[in-house]
Amino acid sequence: MSRTTRRKILSSAFVAFCAGSVIVALVPLGFILFFVITQGIRALNVAFFVHMPKPVGEPGGGMANAIVGTLMVSGLAALMAVPIGVVSGVYMSEYGGTKFASVIRFAADTLNGVPSIVIGVFAYGVAVLPFKQFSALAGGFALGVMMIPIIARTTEELLLLVPGAMREGALALGATRASAVFSVVLPAALPGIVTGIVLALARIAGETAPLLFTSFNNRFFTTDLRQPIATMTVQVFTYAISPYDDWHRQAWAGALVLVVIVLVCSLLARVATRRLERMHARG
Amino acid sequence: MRSKDLGFRVATGAFALVLVALVCAIGFELARQSMASIQKFGFNFWRTDVWDPVAGQFGALPFIWGTLYSSILALAIATPIALGIAVFIAELCPAALRQPLVFLTELLAAIPSIVYGLWGIFVLVPAIRAFETSIPGALRQLPLFSGPPLGVGMLSAALILAVMVIPFTSSVSREVLKSVPAAQREGAYALGATRFEAIRAALYYARTGIVGAVMLGFGRALGETMAVTMVIGNNPRVSLSLFAPQYTMAAVIANEFTEAADELYLAALVEIGLVLFIITLVVNSLSRLLIWSMTRSAVVLQTPEPTETPAAA
Repeated sequence: MSRTTRRKILSSAFVAFCAGSVIVALVPLGFILFFVITQGIRALNVAFFVHMPKPVGEPGGGMANAIVGTLMVSGLAALMAVPIGVVSGVYMSEYGGTKFASVIRFAADTLNGVPSIVIGVFAYGVAVLPFKQFSALAGGFALGVMMIPIIARTTEELLLLVPGAMREGALALGATRASAVFSVVLPAALPGIVTGIVLALARIAGETAPLLFTSFNNRFFTTDLRQPIATMTVQVFTYAISPYDDWHRQAWAGALVLVVIVLVCSLLARVATRRLERMHARG
Repeated sequence: MRSKDLGFRVATGAFALVLVALVCAIGFELARQSMASIQKFGFNFWRTDVWDPVAGQFGALPFIWGTLYSSILALAIATPIALGIAVFIAELCPAALRQPLVFLTELLAAIPSIVYGLWGIFVLVPAIRAFETSIPGALRQLPLFSGPPLGVGMLSAALILAVMVIPFTSSVSREVLKSVPAAQREGAYALGATRFEAIRAALYYARTGIVGAVMLGFGRALGETMAVTMVIGNNPRVSLSLFAPQYTMAAVIANEFTEAADELYLAALVEIGLVLFIITLVVNSLSRLLIWSMTRSAVVLQTPEPTETPAAA
């Protein structure tokens, strides 16, 4: 075999390996989606959304309390993270060249890489221990801490996409930096930022580890922020490691709902970013 | 007007400072809560392998072993696959396939950890158990495959971690490959290189950033909690066996934190969290540094030859 043929064969083998890698990664994705959808659909019914959990041994029941809990805890997280995240993002894009901005950016990336379980331990220390009480507020705080860096970095990236001429135009007309940002630059980037917030919400709504010892769990329906509260993820965890078939069934149903939330948000975000890209391409 | 702009800068800067404050607060709070354990056990905490909360004995060696072993195994599986995906999407695939493939691989990162865990318990673990049972007895004598075929254990954890890490490593590698100047590949092609040889040249050029991408995946694997907790078997024992149930730092915190009745037990768990925080901090910082130096130097190298680029395009 000539050297050239050998090189060509090696090259084709490499291309095949790369294509194979894609397939190897998509197989588990397919498997997970397949099982979550088939197992989940069998268990999903109206009762899942509107009924409370039944005691062990009694079949049926739902996760109404946990669904409300997830909405509340994620909502609290967004209340905390959206203002801090968006304004930090504004700072990073407006004063991007400064040393302080690099420090902020580094802190954001660091915070983003902190394991979620560690955030849970931290939130336990500052939001549970002092009050001697697991609470929805503590859970919201833990998720909020995770959400801040995501929103800050997305906001920064999207603000940098806004054409510099828009900001300069506003400044040339005599606007202050603040009004240039809040009435010209930020509105231009707003659809993208909202998309980013929705994606961040979808991500933290799927978090379990930071909630295990902050919002904890609750068999009962509550909207009291100072009480422990059930969430879908913690409920799926509790059911998954239980020995009861009926609870396993419900765990799959919960997983399906979580995956659908993630899928819908990702798809919406994709459509939105596409539209944004087209807008920017047109100028 | 100047003073107004200064006010704006200070006000937005104050919000941004929250990010720095949070990172410091996490480190401070974890150190404060774990003081009792640090003072009592000192460095011995990380050298002893007996974890017996009832007897008041706390040795964290099995957890740090389990965390490192599972993460390194996961990286060994995930890295070639992730690089293959990155090369395929960045260099080989038809333009029409690119966006859908990026979307699908990123979906792997978007699926919640708890869903991976649920799937792990009911689908992966039984499959692994069947595989372990089918291994011939002679091979079972090896320390790598010793122990009863339980399904739950190191192998299941490493596999599930590998799947979860792939999207992170591959998306950063893809970005890094994009920052390699086109002239690198064109030069190689002009010299008669095959596709593989040209891409190898690009990969070599991007090596710093790719090491960074792999480390970023490592950081993710170290801190992954739910999926691992659900499939690794939660047994605090140092073992080389892929089939043995073991334990990780994140998993022990998740499982035992709410049960930790006495102060020392809680402090010991927080200390594990503190060390996990420090390790991931170091790994992530190094990884960012490598990726940043790669993408930055690429920009610097591209600029001095403006006359070359139009011809290349």
